[in-house]
Amino acid sequence: MAIISTAGLARTFLTRSGPVQAVRSVDLTVREGEILGFLGPNGAGKTTTLRMLTTLLEPTGGAATVAGHDLAADPAGVRRVCGYVAQSGGVDPQISVREELVTQGRLYRLTRARAAERAEELARELDLTELLDRKCGALSGGQRRRLDIAMALTHHPKVLFLDEPTTGLDPGSRADLWDLVRRLRDEHGTTVFLTTHYLDEADALSDRLVVVDRGVVVAEGTPGALKLEYGGSIDASLQDTFLAITGRSAGPADQTPVAV
Amino acid sequence: MLLHDTALVYGRYLRQSLRSRFALLFGVLMPLLYLLFFGPLLTDLPLGGGGSSWQVLVPGLLLQLGLFGASFAGFSIIIEKGHGVVERMRVTPVSRLALLLGRVLRDATVFVFQAVLLVLAAVVMGLRAPLAGVLIGFAFVALLTVSLAALSYALAMRMDTPQSFGPAVNALTMPSMLLSGLMLPMTLGPAWLNALSHLMPFRYLVDAVRDAYVGRYTTPHMLYGVLVAAGLTALSVTVGTRVFRTA
Repeated sequence: MAIISTAGLARTFLTRSGPVQAVRSVDLTVREGEILGFLGPNGAGKTTTLRMLTTLLEPTGGAATVAGHDLAADPAGVRRVCGYVAQSGGVDPQISVREELVTQGRLYRLTRARAAERAEELARELDLTELLDRKCGALSGGQRRRLDIAMALTHHPKVLFLDEPTTGLDPGSRADLWDLVRRLRDEHGTTVFLTTHYLDEADALSDRLVVVDRGVVVAEGTPGALKLEYGGSIDASLQDTFLAITGRSAGPADQTPVAV
Repeated sequence: MLLHDTALVYGRYLRQSLRSRFALLFGVLMPLLYLLFFGPLLTDLPLGGGGSSWQVLVPGLLLQLGLFGASFAGFSIIIEKGHGVVERMRVTPVSRLALLLGRVLRDATVFVFQAVLLVLAAVVMGLRAPLAGVLIGFAFVALLTVSLAALSYALAMRMDTPQSFGPAVNALTMPSMLLSGLMLPMTLGPAWLNALSHLMPFRYLVDAVRDAYVGRYTTPHMLYGVLVAAGLTALSVTVGTRVFRTA
């Protein structure tokens, strides 16, 4: 069953040098409980798509539903069922981990007592208990990421959007984060929609991949199916498959301008 | 829900202010310096109005405090945008208006607190004014900070770097201060300057507070001051709300 579906989702930015079509037309479906890897070269429209699906940015065309809520008609409904971790994260370095978690719970309309309880639960689940009274600014990269994810899980979202969650993490923290993502799906049935530039990450984590380029979906399928279709063999590397799909390495230079 | 969310956002940012006590006090430094080193120059000058020179200067310094303080309130939101805090809050169901109101009310609290400190210092320097007038002065400071902070946040939501925000705000605040007669009454100046200053909304506010400080509460100045302050607040909060809803 599809938990996210989009049809012709588009966003054009008006800039001084004229309109820029960041996302031209994205059609995709995400099934409930799957981990979807959303790939594409820099400037392909990944973050813009994510920002539209999380109600941060109004689409200029097309439609989408997230967990049964129409993006245009019921953005408040979408916010109640999805969690989002931006590339930059989203905590104040001067504030303690506990205060950020409790305030986040209160933003989701939990009572004071329940929000304090929920902060403890999340800290236990994401191995942050020892860090609760530290300032967010004093956490390591991996700890920060776990906190960002804890914040996004406050309200038990059905869908979790992660924008390049492992960028800048050391290999150990990356491996921990992969385990965490798998656990969320296996134990809570959370659907995870993640963007990444690391193809090994996409390969290891994703049930299915969607590749975007210049604001449109150019390929989708399981990592194996894409390798077979575009890489020529099931044993092809995802790297070669990706290059074959986006045409970035072989062939004559493309003359059309790249969308930002 | 709006009340709940506004209280929540207000609490978060008030705690932020309380954590940096130094910044909390530093804000009164500029008007305090004017009070200490500029105020005594005026004591024997004929400034017009019915009271002492302190009753003319202190209302101006109060509004100067609000003008400079609240106009730069947007800086904090540019920093928060960089940390991703604004977007993180915007994906929760929190009321968009509360994200503005909570911040703006925090600013009003901080600047009224600073205004109280300034008036206490002024009393030591020699200010004598009726209590009701002083309280009316604080009310004007509160309205002014609510308006300017709302506009400042709206502008900051549309700007990406502090480097572009600072100069833009400076270019607006300096002429506003000079042209509204915050330091000295504009009636002392030539007719063209006095006329020009009537285009500045703050002129009406300072005239009203100066009347309040000499115990005149039912003057045309007071009426215009209240109308302009209320209009400015309504306009600014509307602009701010629109930006926070869509940004």
